[in-house]
Formats: sequence, C-alpha cells, structure tokens
Amino acid sequence: MTQLQPKPAKFDWLTLMLYYVFVVAGLLCIYASVYKETNPMIYDNSMNYGKQLVWIGISFFVGLMILLIDEKFFYAFAYGLYGIGIVMLLSVFALGTEIKGSSSWIRVGGIQFQPAEIAKFATALALSKYLSGYNIQFKERKTQMICAAMILLPMVIILFQNETGSALVFVAFALVLYREGLPGWLLLVGIALGVLSVLALLVKPLYIIIGLVVLAGAFLLMVRRTMLLIYLTVGIIAFASAYVSSVDYVFENVLQAHQKSRINVLLGKEVDMKGAGYNVQQSKIAIGSGGLLGKGFLEGTQNKFRFVPEQSTDFIFCTIGEEYGFAGSLLFIALYMLLLWRLLFMAERQRYKFNRIYGYSVVSILFFHFTINVGMTLGLMPVIGIPLPYFSYGGSALLSFTVLLFIFIRLDANRMNELTSGAD
Amino acid sequence: MDNKIRQKILFIAFCLVALVYVIRLMQLQIVDDSYFRSAQENVLQEQTIYPARGLIYDRNGELLVYNDAVYDLSVIPIEVKTLDTALFCKVLGISSEQFRYKFEKLKRQKGYAPYKKCIFDRQISIPVYAAFQEHLYDFRGFYVDVRTDRKYAHSNAAHIMGYISEVTDRDIENSNGYYQMGDFKGMSGVERSYEKELGGIKGIKYILVDSKARTQGRYKNGEYDTPSVSGKNINLSLDYKLQALGEELMQNKIGSVVAIEPATGEILAMVSTPSYDPNLFVGRDRGKHYMELLLDPAKPLFNRTIAAPYPPGSIFKILMALTGQQEHVLTPATTYGCSRGYLFVGCHAHGSPLPLRGGIAVSCNSYFCQVYRSVVNNPAYKLREDAYKSFHKHITSFGLGSKLGVDLYGEGSGLVPTSEYYDKIYGRYRWQALTTISLGIGQGELGITPLQMANATAAVANRGYYITPHIVKKIDSKLNPNPDFNKKHWSTIDTSYFQVVIDGMQDVVEHGTAYIAKIPGIEICGKTGTAQNPHGKDHSIFFAFAPKNKPKIAIAVVVENAGFGATYAAPIASLMMEEYLNKKHDTRKALYERMIKANLTHKNTNDSAATKTR
Repeated sequence: MTQLQPKPAKFDWLTLMLYYVFVVAGLLCIYASVYKETNPMIYDNSMNYGKQLVWIGISFFVGLMILLIDEKFFYAFAYGLYGIGIVMLLSVFALGTEIKGSSSWIRVGGIQFQPAEIAKFATALALSKYLSGYNIQFKERKTQMICAAMILLPMVIILFQNETGSALVFVAFALVLYREGLPGWLLLVGIALGVLSVLALLVKPLYIIIGLVVLAGAFLLMVRRTMLLIYLTVGIIAFASAYVSSVDYVFENVLQAHQKSRINVLLGKEVDMKGAGYNVQQSKIAIGSGGLLGKGFLEGTQNKFRFVPEQSTDFIFCTIGEEYGFAGSLLFIALYMLLLWRLLFMAERQRYKFNRIYGYSVVSILFFHFTINVGMTLGLMPVIGIPLPYFSYGGSALLSFTVLLFIFIRLDANRMNELTSGAD
Repeated sequence: MDNKIRQKILFIAFCLVALVYVIRLMQLQIVDDSYFRSAQENVLQEQTIYPARGLIYDRNGELLVYNDAVYDLSVIPIEVKTLDTALFCKVLGISSEQFRYKFEKLKRQKGYAPYKKCIFDRQISIPVYAAFQEHLYDFRGFYVDVRTDRKYAHSNAAHIMGYISEVTDRDIENSNGYYQMGDFKGMSGVERSYEKELGGIKGIKYILVDSKARTQGRYKNGEYDTPSVSGKNINLSLDYKLQALGEELMQNKIGSVVAIEPATGEILAMVSTPSYDPNLFVGRDRGKHYMELLLDPAKPLFNRTIAAPYPPGSIFKILMALTGQQEHVLTPATTYGCSRGYLFVGCHAHGSPLPLRGGIAVSCNSYFCQVYRSVVNNPAYKLREDAYKSFHKHITSFGLGSKLGVDLYGEGSGLVPTSEYYDKIYGRYRWQALTTISLGIGQGELGITPLQMANATAAVANRGYYITPHIVKKIDSKLNPNPDFNKKHWSTIDTSYFQVVIDGMQDVVEHGTAYIAKIPGIEICGKTGTAQNPHGKDHSIFFAFAPKNKPKIAIAVVVENAGFGATYAAPIASLMMEEYLNKKHDTRKALYERMIKANLTHKNTNDSAATKTR
C-alpha cells in the first residue's frame, strides 16, 4: 500500500493563535511604553512601534514562506545554515558596529541585526540533525563531545562580542540534551554549582567549606560507611571547596565592573540607585504600582514618563505589570505556560527524532528567555539584556523568534506523513 | 517511558518558575503598597505658587514697602551636560574656583539630588540676568527663577517695618509643614507681627513630571491644586512725614521718640536711633550687612522705643501728683517749702514755698519727695507696704512696668518695683518712704520704655485712660480688628484730679522748665526730665501732649546722655508737634538747625553735675 499523495499539512492552530496574540499584545505594549499625547498615530515610521509594525509584517511574511517550504529543506540545509550562522558571527568582528557597548550588530542598508539571533535556530537545527543521524548514540562519549562543541562554538564567539545575555541562551540546550539522555545528575550538579556560586558570592568561601565538611561528616555518620563512599564524599568536598574558592577569584578578577555590579545588586550586597539598581528599582515600582487590575491601557505613568529604562525592549514586562496589573500579568504567564506546554506536547508527538529534538530546542530557548527576562524585571534575576520573545521591541529578534517557532510548526504539520515517507 | 517522565519533569520545572514569579508578582502588586507610593513620588511634583506679599502704606496712603522682582539662578545638576565653564563664569562674573566651590557646596547641601532643582546663586543683578538669558541655550540645566523681594520706598522706620528673611530650620519644624527651605518670612517689626496678614497663603500646583523632571502636564486637570492667596495690604498708623522729621532731628543722637494719637492709641511716629536703611536687608549682601549691623556697638538693630528701659526722671512727677491726690494726701493747695533740696536729694533755685501747680512748673524735687513720702507713709494704711502697693497699683494702671501689648515684636516690660522687690533688698518691714525716696522723682529702680512714657502721656491727655498703642491702623482697608486696640484702659486715678496737673504741665511749657518748646497758638502741656543714669551724662527726656483740650498728639522723647530735658528732648518734641499739628517745622529755623547739627554720639563722657533732675 503506497501513498502517492502526502497527507495535507496540519498546522497546529493553537500555537499559531498564541503567536499572533503575543505579537499583537507586544505591539500594544511597545506603543504604550513610548506613548505621548502628542503622537497619536499608531503607524509612525520614526517611532519604535512604527518600526516594529514593519518588522511584524516582515515576520508574518517570512513565517508564511516557512510554512510553504517543504519540511525536508530544514533537514537538508541544517548544517549549511549552521555554517552560515558561524560565518556571520565571525564576520561581526570585521563588519560589526558597536551599539550600547556590545559589538554584535551588523548593519545592512538601514537594517541592523544580530547574527546571534540566527545562530540560535541554526544551532538548534544542526544539533537536531546530528543527534537524529543514523547510528548516533547519545550515550557515546564522542557524540557528547561533538554536541558540546556545536553548542559552545557560537556561544564563545558571542561571548567575545560582549553579548553575555545572548551567549547564556545557549545554556538552554542543556534541557534538550537532558531529554535526549543526558544523565539527570549532571543537571543537578549544574544547579548545585549555581547554588554554590551564589553562596560563594554571599558568604566567605571559608565558611562554606566548613559548612560542607560538617554536612559531609554528618552524612557519613548516618550511613553505612564503605571505603568507596568515604572516598567519594571526600572527593566531592574537595572539589566543591576548590570550586567555591575559584568562583570568588573569577568574580573579583575576570568579570567586568558592570557585570560585578549587576550581580552584587541582585544579591543585595550593593545598593546602586543610579546604575543597575536603578533599572531594577524602577521596574519593580512600575510593576508594583499596577496593583490588582492595573492602571489601564496608556495610563501607566511610570512607563509613559520614561522612569523605566529600556522599557520597550528588555523591560517590556513592566508595561504589562503596570497597565494590566496582577490580573494581566497572571494571564500573560498563563498564556506563556500554555505555549510551552503545547510545544512540549507537540515535540513528544513527533515520530521523527529530528523534529522532536528541534521542538525541544524551541521550548528550551523560549523558556530560558522567559525566565531570565521576567525574573529580571521582578528583581529575581540579574539584569541580563535578553528580550522577551514576541513582546520586546526589536526587529531582528522578532524575526528570528518567528523563524524559530515557524520551522517547528512546519515540521509538526507533516508529522502524519513521516511514518511512510520518512526523510533521508 | 523514561523520556515521557523527562518531559513531565521539564514541564513541572517550568511551572515551578511560573509559580515563583506569580508569588513575586502578588507580593509586588498586591501585598506591598509601597511601590504604588514610590510611583506617585516619581511622577507627582508639588509646585509652590508664592503669593505676592502685602504692601505697607502709612496712615495717609504713602507707600512705604513694596515688592520687587529678583532673579535667582537655579540648576538641575543632572541636566548639565555640556557646559562651557569659561563662558559661564564670564557671564556670571565669577572665577572658575568659585564655580567649583559653589558646585561642591551645592552637593553637600541637605536633600541634594542630581535631578532636583536647587538654587545656584541668589539674586543675580539685572545686567547679569540679561546676559544670561542670551546664553540660556548654552547653559542647559540652568534656569532663572523670578521671585519677589521687599523694596523700601524710603530709608525710614526700619525698626517698625522690620525685615523678611529665609526661614530657619526651627521655623520649618514649627510651621506644621507650611514653610519649606528657601521660603521667606517676617523676622522683625510689622513684617513679623503681621506675617499672617502680609504673607498670604501659598498655593500648590500638582504637575506630572517624567524621569528627567520635565513637565508633562497637570495632575487630574488641577483638581487637587489650591490657588495662592495674596497677602493683605496694611496701613500703618505712622505719619510718614512726622517719622521722617523725627529721624532727621534724632540723627547723630542715641535715643527714642514715640508719638501717639491719644484718642485712638495709634502710633504716629516711632524713632529709635541709631537706625539703618531697611534696603540694606535686601539683595545679595544682606547677610554681610546684617552682620555689620549686629556687631555695631551702637546697636542699630535694637528698637529702643519698645525695649529700652530708662529712668523717667522728672516726668514721673506727673504721675506722683495724680497718685497723691487719689490717695488724699495731696490737694492742689498743698504747699511744701524747698531749700535747694530734700535730705540728700538736691534741687535747683526757684521760688518757695509752692503749691502743686507751681511745683510741677518748676519741677521741684523737694515737693515730690514730700508727696512720695506722704503717699508711702500714709497713716490711712496700717502697713507701709500696703500704702506702697496702692502706689504701685496707681502707677502700673498707666501701663508702666508691664508689656503694653503693642503689635511689634520685642517689646520690653520695663520695671516698676513691687513691695516684694524691696522686701528682698531690705527685708520685710525694714523699708519705708525715705528708703526709696528717689522713686518720687522718677529715679531709682524705675525703668520705663519710651513707648510706655508716650502711652502714659496719652493717658494723662485723655484724662484717665489709654488705648493700647498700636502701629497698624488698617488691614486690607478695614480697621485693625484687634479688640484690644479699641478698648479704653482706665487708670485708677479719678478724672477730676487731672485738671490741676494738666494746668501745671501747661505752665511747664508756658513759663516753666520747657518754655523752649512753646509754639505760638498751640496750648502744649509737657514735662521735662533729666534722668541720671549709670552710663554717663543725664538722659534728656521730655513728654508732652497738645493741644491741651482735645489732644491730638502725645509724644515722649528720650535723648541719651544729652543733659537737661529742655536742651534736646523738649525742642525735638516741640518741632515734631508743630509739624504734626501745623504741618510745618521751619518757623524756628535756629532751633531746627541746632537740633539737626547736634552730634552727641561721640561725647559720651560723664560731666553731669550732682543730683539734678528737672
């Protein structure tokens, strides 16, 4: 029994709907955050929202194109796109223009864009293709090393461009690898190291080491001691102690002044009302003043009168918090969770490994952006300049998030055909 | 199946993050309302609307004090970005060191914030203001604010008008939030006592500002704004011409003149010398001028008329004559002899013996020592102290020995010793008339302010009552509403006893000690005083009222260390009364010239004769 005609594409309408809702809501927030009584037109090319409107148009068009492309294209050109992404990242060093202390932008004509945005979905595609390859076992050391290299290469280049935020996004791929078999304890170790880092910055390393030794001693007293367990415990303690000491060293000697200050502000060790602390304080004031129901569309005084810096880009969530209050914020978070859940669900229903891994990449990247961006405006995360997908002002970011999501929608649309037609 | 579990674990992790954020949102938006207040503080700015201060006129409508625009240079430090410091200093006429110093000082000020407007330089001159306006574009972040300051049309009556000055930290604390840093309020004189009327009420305007403190509109269309209320205009009871003449006559002399309209208690003139030009307290150098005046040994800031107690000298004999009659120990016919003195109190050569009227006319010391003695040693009282108490009662009923309640700040009470006062010095029952005999001629412990002297004169002129003297006649064209300024304070002396005393006072001027004060056509009643004092030559004192019937002016003049009452005080009083009653003071050119030319400020040496009071 052969099927000559492939089944018609079935696009996931819920995901598409959420995407359109987010983009329109985002545009309204950008409009509100730069609103003045004196410029009432929603379409104005000189203003942020006017430019964003143009970019939304471009994104919709590109999205539509992606939905019309044959899904095999992405599989076939995954490595090619990855290569182009790396070349573009490198070209920044030759062609880049510096914007706000970060030299990660390329200007073509009147349009600026960050190759780092392209690198995100290019890496996702390449990683998916590699891991879904024939006879590839994630458990093999070699596979793991190649995966790590694929992720770390763009990350390191972006780090050199002084775009710490964009570079950190690649950490999100850890979740993808976890789904594909990365042992859970590795993630736990990662989280433990994170906790230790924060502790090391808050408390003197010596106290942490003493604390760890006491904990380990108590642990060994309570369990049945074997030589192996003792060696293991001592080893872990030694490693942790070395780590804690080195974090302090790295913090003092490697990080740049503004990064140190941002971290200090977050940890509450420093109150800097003029620099990084000002952003967070004003952001919290804007969100906090929204109350239960918010001040209403265009009524948010904190955003309107420019108290929140970067309000239309990284701090766009302040507009939601102030103008729509707790109710609006809750709805926003709920919708975002719905999108993440839907994408997870879609990824799991794929019958083809490439699609699934790519789906997980999309979920992980969106989740990472959401966590850092919203956490930052709430004063729970350090001020790392990464946008809120689909909401923040920024043309190339919107386009790249659109491409990221629409590729997956396109892949998902053909999930029924894959059993029979397959891909080679 | 492992992979399905991992999907679930991931989703649970997502939900945990979302949950943490929702809890945080709840805390920020619902539980903690401090963020709402911070937001209000961010955008709402209170702007004070300063009312115009009330103007001050004299009783005839002559403008004395008005408002003048001054220009303050202020700066919002955060807005100063590209400043051509050299040009700025050139326009302002300061050196670059001064510029840096000023900025440093600014930053150390209490409540300094880079986004807040603060005053960089007060009261820049008009030419500097004009030059600055031209360059305003170059000096971004700097603003010129218009404010009003007081301006005085004349250089007279400085003590009465007083001055305004920036409020102190204590004023701000005590004002219940009304005053703010940089506000001005009256610090002395009428400016102080009528601050409420003159000052008006500040208004408040709420405006919305953005993060750069730029105005973005009014808050709720001005629903919560309050307009300012201008200060009320005030008419002093002062006669400007009389005041000016008084100050002219008193120039280069230390002393006081107070003139009162007896029927109303209105103060017509109030001269305290040395004085100062009130315009010194206006402008950039006011602080410097203030310190100079404060350190001047002649104390020009001190208002002697209301605060300096003087021994009244012989003018006190008038009150003795009244008290003696009231206590029935003296009649107009009582005669006492005088052999150039009474015990240790000396007297000058005059006819003897004399009745009461003659005793007043020649100011006989012996006569009034006898009167004092018969009052205090009055056998009608069992105890001397009771007799003295009734003497004290009569004297204080003329407003002596306590504050009169004039509407000026800094009034002194003077001193009329009580019986307890003497008990303390001599012991109870161990003193009597002779112990305190100098009181009878207005010496001893007595301390009377010139205002109290003038007020007592007014009481005599009114034949028994006075109205609390006051300086403000009308507020906002309505009579001064203070009920005390419309009430007769009756003395304890019966009206019938006044006639003979007033006749005696007329004799003083007609052919007695003060014939120099005589003005043809006006019946003047007066009394000279030559008060001994520990500071040097006798004080020249004179008090008088005129005309005798229906008196229009009561005046008291004290010229410190100037000798006999007739030498300076009487002529000055006479010239001023002539000016007020006849509107001229040049009929006696020689006398006028002599008064103006007399310079008594440098000869403060003691060459007074022995005990002598006239």
